[in-house]
Amino acid sequence: MARHRHAVATALLAALPLAALALFFVYPVAGMVGRGFVPDGRFEPGAVLEVLARPRVHRVLWFTLWSAAAGTLLSLVLGLPTAYALHRLRFPGRDLLRAVVVVPFVLPTVVVGVAFRQLIAPSGPLGGLGLDGSAVAIVAALAFFNVSVVVRTVGTFWESMDPRREEAAAALGATPWQVLRTVTLPALRPGIVSAASVVFLFCSTAFGVVLTMGGLRYANVETEIYLLTTQELDLTAAAALSVLQLLVVTGLLVLAARVRRSPPAARTARLLPRPRWTHAPVLLWTALTLVLLLAPLASLVAASLRRGEDWGLENYRALATTGADNALLVPVTEALVTSLEVALVAASLALLLGTVVAYLVSRPGGGRPRQLLDGVFMLPLGVSAVTVGFGFLVTLDRPPLDLRSSSLLVPVAQAMVALPLVVRTVAPVLRSVDDRQRQAAASLGAGPLRVLATVDVPAAWRALLAAAGFGFAVSLGEFGATSFLARDDDPTLPVVIYRLIGRPGAENFGMAMAASVVLAATTTAVMLAVQRLRGGSVGVL
Amino acid sequence: MALRVEGLSVRFEGTAVVDDVDLGLAAGSVLAVLGPSGCGKSTLLRTIAGLERPAAGRVLLEGRDLARVPTHRRGFALMFQDGQLFEHLDVAGNVGYPLRLRRRGRQERRRRVAELLDLVGLGGYDARLPTTLSGGERQRVALARALAVEPRLLLLDEPLSALDRGLRERLAADLHDILRAAGVTAVLVTHDQEEAFAVADTMAVMREGRLVQQGSLADVWAHPVDGWTARFLGYAEVLDGDRARTFRRLVAPDASWEAVALRRSALRLDPRGSLEATVEEARLTPELVRLRLDVDGLGVLPGVASPAAVVRAGERVRVSLDPARTAPLPGPA
Repeated sequence: MARHRHAVATALLAALPLAALALFFVYPVAGMVGRGFVPDGRFEPGAVLEVLARPRVHRVLWFTLWSAAAGTLLSLVLGLPTAYALHRLRFPGRDLLRAVVVVPFVLPTVVVGVAFRQLIAPSGPLGGLGLDGSAVAIVAALAFFNVSVVVRTVGTFWESMDPRREEAAAALGATPWQVLRTVTLPALRPGIVSAASVVFLFCSTAFGVVLTMGGLRYANVETEIYLLTTQELDLTAAAALSVLQLLVVTGLLVLAARVRRSPPAARTARLLPRPRWTHAPVLLWTALTLVLLLAPLASLVAASLRRGEDWGLENYRALATTGADNALLVPVTEALVTSLEVALVAASLALLLGTVVAYLVSRPGGGRPRQLLDGVFMLPLGVSAVTVGFGFLVTLDRPPLDLRSSSLLVPVAQAMVALPLVVRTVAPVLRSVDDRQRQAAASLGAGPLRVLATVDVPAAWRALLAAAGFGFAVSLGEFGATSFLARDDDPTLPVVIYRLIGRPGAENFGMAMAASVVLAATTTAVMLAVQRLRGGSVGVL
Repeated sequence: MALRVEGLSVRFEGTAVVDDVDLGLAAGSVLAVLGPSGCGKSTLLRTIAGLERPAAGRVLLEGRDLARVPTHRRGFALMFQDGQLFEHLDVAGNVGYPLRLRRRGRQERRRRVAELLDLVGLGGYDARLPTTLSGGERQRVALARALAVEPRLLLLDEPLSALDRGLRERLAADLHDILRAAGVTAVLVTHDQEEAFAVADTMAVMREGRLVQQGSLADVWAHPVDGWTARFLGYAEVLDGDRARTFRRLVAPDASWEAVALRRSALRLDPRGSLEATVEEARLTPELVRLRLDVDGLGVLPGVASPAAVVRAGERVRVSLDPARTAPLPGPA
């Protein structure tokens, strides 16, 4: 009887997030895809296959693949030595540098795109290299984002690896290079593969960066879906690409889940060594990486402080206006307020739903249904945010659900995008609670709610706060879905930035720079607070 | 002397972890460095291996200063408490690892790995993965790997401490025989005096970074240098002051020592014994009865009785004293 009641309670609890996912994710995505497959009330799979045969689609697919592969490779090349320096050596300022490395990852994609363009524009500091609008620049920007994923994921593995294993090899006669090749790298392999697969996923679904930097020459699947839906109104092609992307990304996620392994618990509390002369190459490489990470940001800040030849806060003062030639309908400051409000609502929604899901998937036992639940809520990672946004537009615009004019439209969409990250942040912490602690509490007379309050919540409250901050930051920077849904008279900050850089005039450009700095600073502040809370826990995925 | 350590000091953050240590070790012999955890013995071992840098002093092998020789060129082998096997390699891969580093041919490698696995009693384990091995098997593999290239010096860091008691005793005996069979020079650090006695020929006792005593096993055991060392070696009681003088009058009236260490079995229940005592407590263990005795004139001391004896608390008994189970201390207690 008790068991039966327990099952009913679990099912009821699962119903809430499942209903939200069905209504605000599956339904819109299905609606969007359906429009493509059933253009005039007739199911026409032939049209979809025809799309996949187009030469332009081939070019897009090829670019998506190789830019993601190159971005992943570059992230690894820059990230691995940095992971070593920041996680296996001890020197003053190391913790600050660890925080610096994370900053790019949480920056809104639009900001990164803008920062890179500013850096390599013909008038910019690196204008002489002629990289503006080149694929090299896009790959560099992709790596810029993802170096931190490599550093965090591999660094955590590296940190928990017992150095004595390498010492044993050295004592047996292995040179430092042989130790690296025969002991260290094999032991790090799960971490490296896991980081690489996640980075590849992020690179291949990048939207804001490719849209702002690719121009007309380069498009990946994500930006192509955007162009097809908004410019060419070719919904069949957009749907075809969406489905293809969903299949490939789901495959990648399954693969990533398979190779994903938590780093082994640290076995020694040994003090990390201070750098020696032999570490000079690694430290130089790390310094170079940090410079590469900081250069676009520094260039962005510099550009925001300049109007033509004059330096000053002119661009920041202009944020209270609607820009030159009234480029915007509302001042940037108002958009910032909108962004913060939206992010607050979206983060709350994502936290509520994500915590319920995390609670359910972290219960011991449960087997397949729980694994499935876990997987289902990772789906938003695999579906183009553009598809979600457009799906909202085409499905939630009529009864029974007419949200077109609701102020909840944008936050709900963003909450769906942030949901997997919330689950990924909270679930591992709940899972790490030894179930015997719950059993001990229960045996001492604690009811299920009391167990939750005295065992799970104390273990997870940091993760909950961190997840809330995470959701907030993701929502602040969200651009893919929001670009469809935000109304012109009530836009969010990333949307405003994108609009400003599309308008002529030094004033609008300067405002875009200043707005990017403000957005970046806000997001970074939130993420650094989160970083402090999470302590040394594992990476995003 | 194969290995010499001269005036070696190692500092961490300004604190001397190893403080002015001198050691010598003859070729083919096994030295146990014995000390409680945190005494610096592992750091001493790591410094000999070249993994830590000395703040002062030298490590010499066959007269050659090793200061500028990096770990991997010293030709040593290091074996840790938990083996540190390479999890991605099978047993044969682990044992053959140093052979592959030295580019030995496949044939030779296979032959040598088989030979070594036989030596450590794991013949036929070649294809097993480390994760499928028990703790004792892992340590045997680690030992075979360490012996694979006939190290000039084998360094063992608490090699048996992670194992449970029965296994530890068996493996300690095996380790003793294997080291002799391989004719290897070895330094073993441990906090367990039984492990040291089972495996080594000579012993050095370390306390708070300093070497307090060094000598043959029998010598160190029979003549601990002070009360702390005696207690650490397993002596049950150390007497000093008036009690030591009273005790001295009983066992060696002509001697001049001021402190003495007693093993638990120094006082034994014996109807013909020369001392009288009151039993304060009697506790049965598998091999004997452990007693706490209030000995007339000497106060409370430990003692033993055979398990067949019937002793109760409060009883008056006679006890005999075995001077061979006591050790006069040259220094203060």
